[in-house]
Amino acid sequence: MEKNSDLKFKVISCCSVIGFIAVWYLCTDILQLTTDITLPGPVKVLHTFIDKFTNKSPDGGTLLQHMWSSLRVALSGYAMGIIIGVPLGILMAWYRPVDLLARPVFDFVKAIPGLAWAPLLIILLGIGFMSKAVTIFVAALTPCVLNAYAGVKQTREVHMWVARTFGATRRQMLFKVAIPTALPHIMTGIRVALGSAWMSIVAAELIASSSGLGYMIQQCRGIYRPDVIIVGMLMIGFIGSVLTWIIGIIERAVVKGQTHDA
Amino acid sequence: MQMDNTGKIEVMIQCSHVEKTFFTRMTSTPVIRDLDLKVRKNEFVVLFGPGQCGKTTVLNVMAGLETATSGTVTVNGKEVSTPGPDRGFVYQTTALFPWYTVMQNVEYGPRARGMSKKERREKAQYYIDLVGLQGFEDKFPNQLSGGMQQRVGIARAYCNEPSVLFMDEPFGHLDAQTRYLMQEEIIRIWEKEKRTVVFVTNNIEEAVYLADRVVVLTNCPTSVKKEYQIDLPRPRNYTDDRFLELRTEIQSIVDKTL
Repeated sequence: MEKNSDLKFKVISCCSVIGFIAVWYLCTDILQLTTDITLPGPVKVLHTFIDKFTNKSPDGGTLLQHMWSSLRVALSGYAMGIIIGVPLGILMAWYRPVDLLARPVFDFVKAIPGLAWAPLLIILLGIGFMSKAVTIFVAALTPCVLNAYAGVKQTREVHMWVARTFGATRRQMLFKVAIPTALPHIMTGIRVALGSAWMSIVAAELIASSSGLGYMIQQCRGIYRPDVIIVGMLMIGFIGSVLTWIIGIIERAVVKGQTHDA
Repeated sequence: MQMDNTGKIEVMIQCSHVEKTFFTRMTSTPVIRDLDLKVRKNEFVVLFGPGQCGKTTVLNVMAGLETATSGTVTVNGKEVSTPGPDRGFVYQTTALFPWYTVMQNVEYGPRARGMSKKERREKAQYYIDLVGLQGFEDKFPNQLSGGMQQRVGIARAYCNEPSVLFMDEPFGHLDAQTRYLMQEEIIRIWEKEKRTVVFVTNNIEEAVYLADRVVVLTNCPTSVKKEYQIDLPRPRNYTDDRFLELRTEIQSIVDKTL
């Protein structure tokens, strides 16, 4: 029964993808509603996709070079966001003075979208790796802090009592009770941060960059190459999905015995 | 009755003139008023009283989770001010750590005290077997039924080898059948591994079934109303004449509350 519905689900999923491509094919290549310089068909896009692995024109880089450029920046900024954001959230939730100190600034900063930092950071750090990485860092920071904070605040009083009756120190309570309690939330934060990091990298590259997938599609807009734009969009979507999938695997491996909340 | 080698009764817990009042900015709520209680070594005492009468607060004060406003509590001759590993606690709701397996939960106490892995594993295994959970060592709490979770809670409290075990309505959330079963089980475990137990319940049948002595508490602010020595042999029968007689008698003196 379980297997049956699983199969059904897969078949339906495949149908929707195939259906989408079929409609696209119908509108472009068969009915000729558009031309190759407005909206190219799937066949043309597939050709461009294969070609783009080796061809540097029209934007000065192969697909893999752009991918690497985007990933390098996104993952650096993202990693920084986690490394600083998660401990900050935990400390704010655990130590009241840290909360009082960091909270007002953080509450204000979190209201500014990560991308709004980009123009300032470009002036400050120039167009290149650092300005983009810091933009991503800011975008990833907020969800990491907020979720880690909320997670530690979920710590149940009865668990603290148990730890106390077993003679646990305050430090043991943080590491053996509060942080394990917060772990599902921390992982949720890390997952949400990935989404905002990956979205921000593409947007940052649209504004100011000399490489990357966002840069590639922005360049091709100016020279009417919608086929390359679509290839870029598909790659952005694909990489985003793969990263989310990887985080999902890590999440399931790390979070044990507790139900995940979405 | 447990006696030491000089023939004197060994007192494990002694509460003298314990008072507990909760203060907020505007109000003060007295919860315990002049409570005196002695519990002998290896005695199974049940605190029985109407709902919300402050039974749990009495237990928390004895365990050191809360401090008495005045009066003293001594356990094994030492005055109680903070929680400590000599006093185990089994909670109302399942207070297991959901991120730990059964084994990791049970060995938590010895581990917090820095016992070696081999030693604490052996000890934890002994208590897991004692509560009848062999084969479930690597399960997480959310994979167990309510009754099994409370067995883990009991094993965890025992594994730290406390001299006193406090149990705060540990079976309150179980269905009726599981509750009967767990009552038999806790007596079986206790008879095998004698400890001083203070057990809180609002279920009269449970009180008479389990206790060496039932301490009936008054309504809030609470103190000791009357004590009953339960002289029935174990295992006890819920429908035995003497059982029903005691049950009726105790029920008749309990304060009525809404």
